[in-house]
Amino acid sequence: MALFATCINDLMFPSTPKAVVILLERLGCVVEFPMEQTCCGQMFTNTGYFNDGLDCVKTYVKAFEPYEYIVGPSGSCVGAIRHQSVMLAEKAGNAKLATKAAKCVEHSYDLTEFLVDVLGLTDVGAFFPHKVTYHPTCHSVRIAKVGDRPYQLLRGVRGLELVDLPDSDTCCGFGGTFSIKNPEVSAAMAADKARNVVSTGAEYVVTGDNACLMNIGGVLHRNNTGVKPIHLAEILAHQEGDAL
Amino acid sequence: MSTNPPGQARRTPAPPKGTVGIGQPEPVASPVFRENAKKQLQNTLMRRNMKHATTTIRNKRLLRVAEVPNWDEVRAQGAGLKDRVARHLDYYLAMAEENLIKAGAQVHWAKDAQEANQIIVSLVKAKGVDEVVKIKSMATQEIEMNEALEAAGIAAWETDLAELIVQLGHDRPSHILVPAIHRNREEVREIFNREMGRYGTPPPKNMPNDPPVLAGAARVHLREKFLRAKVGISGGNMIIADTGTMVIVESEGNGRMCLTLPETLISVVGVEKIIPSFDDLEVFMKLLPRSSTAERMNPYTSMWSGVTPGDGPQEVHVVLVDNGRTKVLDDPEGRFVLRCIRCSACMNKCPVFERVGGHAYGSVYPGPIGIALTPLMRGIDSPIDKSLPFACTLCCACDDVCPVKIPLSDIIVHNRNRVADKKRHDIHPHLETTVMIPADWAFKKAKHFELVQKAVSIASGIAFKNKDYLGPMPWPASPWTRARDIPAPPVESFRSWWAKNRGGAK
Amino acid sequence: MSSRDVILSRIRKALSDVPNLPPEKDIPLNWEYGKPLAMDDVLDTFTQMCLDYKAVVERVPVAEVPATITKLVTERQVKTFVVPAGLDQDWRKAAADGGAKLIEDDPPLSSPELNDIDGVITAARVGIADTGTIVLDHAPDQGRRALSLVPDLHICVILADQVVSDVPEAVQRLKPSIVAGNPLTWISGGSATSDIELSRVEGVHGPRKLLIILAE
Repeated sequence: MALFATCINDLMFPSTPKAVVILLERLGCVVEFPMEQTCCGQMFTNTGYFNDGLDCVKTYVKAFEPYEYIVGPSGSCVGAIRHQSVMLAEKAGNAKLATKAAKCVEHSYDLTEFLVDVLGLTDVGAFFPHKVTYHPTCHSVRIAKVGDRPYQLLRGVRGLELVDLPDSDTCCGFGGTFSIKNPEVSAAMAADKARNVVSTGAEYVVTGDNACLMNIGGVLHRNNTGVKPIHLAEILAHQEGDAL
Repeated sequence: MSTNPPGQARRTPAPPKGTVGIGQPEPVASPVFRENAKKQLQNTLMRRNMKHATTTIRNKRLLRVAEVPNWDEVRAQGAGLKDRVARHLDYYLAMAEENLIKAGAQVHWAKDAQEANQIIVSLVKAKGVDEVVKIKSMATQEIEMNEALEAAGIAAWETDLAELIVQLGHDRPSHILVPAIHRNREEVREIFNREMGRYGTPPPKNMPNDPPVLAGAARVHLREKFLRAKVGISGGNMIIADTGTMVIVESEGNGRMCLTLPETLISVVGVEKIIPSFDDLEVFMKLLPRSSTAERMNPYTSMWSGVTPGDGPQEVHVVLVDNGRTKVLDDPEGRFVLRCIRCSACMNKCPVFERVGGHAYGSVYPGPIGIALTPLMRGIDSPIDKSLPFACTLCCACDDVCPVKIPLSDIIVHNRNRVADKKRHDIHPHLETTVMIPADWAFKKAKHFELVQKAVSIASGIAFKNKDYLGPMPWPASPWTRARDIPAPPVESFRSWWAKNRGGAK
Repeated sequence: MSSRDVILSRIRKALSDVPNLPPEKDIPLNWEYGKPLAMDDVLDTFTQMCLDYKAVVERVPVAEVPATITKLVTERQVKTFVVPAGLDQDWRKAAADGGAKLIEDDPPLSSPELNDIDGVITAARVGIADTGTIVLDHAPDQGRRALSLVPDLHICVILADQVVSDVPEAVQRLKPSIVAGNPLTWISGGSATSDIELSRVEGVHGPRKLLIILAE
């Protein structure tokens, strides 16, 4: 199996892919990290730059083609591969790439899907004695369609108290380049999301996507709320005696 | 178009200046979405009204949809039927025209807004009247019919309660279904008190701001106009091709008044509004009410086939309007938006729409359907139309609620692609296209990506040492960091950790 | 070239990628029309849903319809009623017994004349249980559309065997009326609006009171 770290995690949030490695190795997997990988391409595609998105698809296919399981800690990036890679190749008239991309899509999993569906686990032996609230990110729910797998996994964590997030299905306002092109609306949405997070009284807000978490966490930090952002993988990797 | 002949006073309250319909927007009066949105975000009253209204209606929609055991199958059938119509539109239009004429209706064709208005004005003038009563209709708003009639000295009275509030308020609709959604009861009371008496029966003295009393004032004010009107104007929710039947779905009964009491009825309908057969009505009468007003069934639906002797208008016209729809049809990826039945579920669900309201979009169609449809209908030449596809976080919530399964977010991305391609071919360089060149380089090859990462790590080690988060920063990070902090980039990327700890490649 | 021809030729040009097949072959759909909806009791559901829309519902045996009309007219103290030409003679007599003055629509009343009348009594064509809907096809026992629109009170008599479970069944039952060229009016509760802060207000332009007699 191969780890698809995703570019944002690789560059900005290395603790998340590290947690995936630790977790999967603990569960007996042999994890490989194809060094050729870069990005799912969605930041190009979703800004309208399909040719640049296509370059990322080519890189993805080249890096991950040989693997049966391609696992990424991001509903958004895995979702983008699933939903857009074949479209980009077809639109560019590259039938060969489209076929290869389709094959990669079949083998690509969000971490939660891999744990629940492939390994058949909802208890991964994690321990995290804190009160947390979960924000189901838009792409994880509506594009990757991970369903309630993250909740199942969180319920399997010893010591963890999971509290409901009000309006959980509403977007946090990140939206990739949306947060740059329409920063005021984005900030208004992020403020509402942060307010809902604070209202739960949780110590941690958890998601399966670090981009959204960066947005929500940024507001929580600016407003000195004390609520900490954490990726789901890092909770699942955490065990009794681990420092945080 | 809105200028009256010299010396002639306006018959109806003047709307605000700026873009209303699907004509080419005036650049000065139509700033880009971000500027409009910024202004709207300051309006805390509007935001409170919008939040209340959209939350109420989307929660109710969930209940009503859950009552239908085969909801997803009905949606798929609706989508399939509308695709059939779009992909064979010439066939269905000819069938609809033939059956409308057989039933006694007169059919007119309008290539664009201007031609539609010419047809309508001349039909009204031929009846020798200077006023019409009308039903809320997106098509008539899209062609800015009221202003065309006003310019010809004809008053078009809006009879839907919300449209009446908008018209009397010298305002513009902010939602396709609940056009006065941005107004609360106190604002409505003020508008009625100030304006109603100028255009007809005034409201009762000392009117409280209770919705039933306000609705009662509208009933009395409009009843006078209904009883007097010789010409009624409507849109159309559906044209049933195989029977030549028109369908109007409504709540208040103002529609029934306009469709029944006048001697002449003119219905202005987009060419895509066809459903193949009367049988298919079962699909759309299930999808539309539950998705729009979140009811099992709307209070009133009227269906009529041309002229019914002794019952209702004895002169019935149908104006079939293109106005950019064939342009949409010409785009095989964008074509799916023509499935739209104008229910507004997408906007009620949209988190951006909820916060900025309909006025920020500079288009009669706001929200997800607006940013999918308008840049296809109107093109992407103007600054506002170029900005519309980006008024979206791609959260995809709209895709889930659309009763005819329009892939809204895919079409929005498609529109972004059209804008980006256009920017690339512009003579003037754009900052964004310039930034994309090194960005593409960085992600094309892992080797390049590593170089970027190393540069970031070195910079981070120097500049952000011992910092978890960074506060407000200068441009280009300023838009982001004005409202939120950003985590400091780590000194070590994942791939260099991997190389050190797991022995490099594979 | 006429605008009609321009638009049709634009359409044909836009659809040049669509294979030249009949619509049903191009987009095949597998749909069963007119399917009933499973429910415990169609009439109970119909009654419940109509009540939910703030209509008044009286469930009575067919023989008691006239007495019920008399009762409702007396209770409501309705002074004038317009009656469709084909309305059941016993129902007319019943309304008159309740103290109402009956006004014929012959010659047709003007809109202002109709506006001065308090109520209307009609039959119906179809009832839909799942949605609490009554459909009029404006046959002689229901009268032209304006009659059941302008007066403020509508007494509507519907027979138990006219009530179906759901919209698809109703559409099939209404087909002969549409084929005959009749207009249809679907009524679900009284006139209503939610235009002010989305709070539902019963009664705007249509009849503000809807009294349904369900005859079993």
